[in-house]
Amino acid sequence: MALSKEQIAQRIALEVKDGYYINLGIGIPTLIANYIPDNIHVTLHSENGLLGMGPFPTEETVDADLINAGKQTVTVLPDGSFFDSSMSFAMIRGGHINLTVLGAFEVSETGDIASWKIPGKMIKGMGGAMDLVAAAENIIVAMQHTNRAGESKLLKQCTLPLTGTRCIKKIVTDLALLEVSDKGFVLKERAPGVSVNEIIKATEGNLIVEGEIPEMKL
Amino acid sequence: MLKQVNSSKDLIHLIKSGMTIMAGGFGLCGIPENMINEVAGSDIKNLTVISNNIGVDNFGLGKWLTKRQIKKILASYVGENKEFEEMLLKGEVEMEFVPQGTLAERIRAGGAGIPAFYVATGVGTEVAIGKETKEFNGRTYILEHGLTADISLVKAWKGDAAGNLVFKDTAQNFNTGMAMAGKITIAEVEEIVPVGQLNPNQIHIPGIFVQHIFQGTNYEKRIERLTLSNQI
Repeated sequence: MALSKEQIAQRIALEVKDGYYINLGIGIPTLIANYIPDNIHVTLHSENGLLGMGPFPTEETVDADLINAGKQTVTVLPDGSFFDSSMSFAMIRGGHINLTVLGAFEVSETGDIASWKIPGKMIKGMGGAMDLVAAAENIIVAMQHTNRAGESKLLKQCTLPLTGTRCIKKIVTDLALLEVSDKGFVLKERAPGVSVNEIIKATEGNLIVEGEIPEMKL
Repeated sequence: MLKQVNSSKDLIHLIKSGMTIMAGGFGLCGIPENMINEVAGSDIKNLTVISNNIGVDNFGLGKWLTKRQIKKILASYVGENKEFEEMLLKGEVEMEFVPQGTLAERIRAGGAGIPAFYVATGVGTEVAIGKETKEFNGRTYILEHGLTADISLVKAWKGDAAGNLVFKDTAQNFNTGMAMAGKITIAEVEEIVPVGQLNPNQIHIPGIFVQHIFQGTNYEKRIERLTLSNQI
């Protein structure tokens, strides 16, 4: 069975370590906050100028002045802080964020990522994604392995305009956990009940399968 | 010179067609609603607008768009405005997409008198096309230029007649940098307090960066994505 969005988030949450400062992108990455174990303390960064992001507010505590980078209303934790956009990106560019998780349209076997533009169809802009992928040492991409037509999104080369080059090292899809090496995607874990053959079929880029590939533990 | 005026009406004469205008805010959070509405009610046009976003359909900077007052925009994300996306796909407005961190730093640099700086953001993407590159410690960086504006429109929580500003929560965002980068900076605030009442230790923008200030009225403070904890 392919993983649900929640299960992708659940698997990525296992990569989170105590003390991390984390930037979570819009979509699946946002869900990760729900699966971080209680004994691990992390601080969530939102690039619009918030460190120590708390849960969504109640009707009583909602405040138009307090949003996350996805423009959702949020709260701030007691150890949190606010700052302006240039300081927020100094945290990112300066390498102070320990983990970045974001979505993608396509990832290439060399670690290129395309996530911001579909020429002629969709032009929304890159937001902070280009800054994040250019700066972070530790980036995980959360994405579907194939598009709705069943075509692979893990490619030899990205076909869409790039967000960054040679920057992605780990990917969690609905089918697998993969790492990016000098020689291509390396299959590390399978989603429960998904065969290695299904993953090979769904991956256009070079896929390295070495030894027995364990099932993901969620 | 008195910095404090009564309302946006007293300052609209400063804004002329063809100017470059910075407008603070992230999405609809912390946008200068009064000055945006004042410009939307005028016949000013051909503006170059520098803003992280471009409002939503017919609210915030979306109003300028509906009235075709914008010639060119520099922004990082315009996904919340369908009208703009359509205009862009049809080529009715010029657009320069700037990565959000690069945008923030270009504005900060402009306000701080730094003409250009190197960043790794955008290397190998279309953002890097036509830009000078240089290697530092084996990594390639691109040269990005500082930005200034004829007029910066910013919104703060509290301010005083000296132009000192204090922001609240995430409504600070681009307002701080833009206050520094405007040749003329117009600050609208929710509350003007008497000089001496703001704690000098806690001022985000010292009054030196602010040429005009007024207490705004009728803030709508629209929420783009109301998300409550009991909804999920």
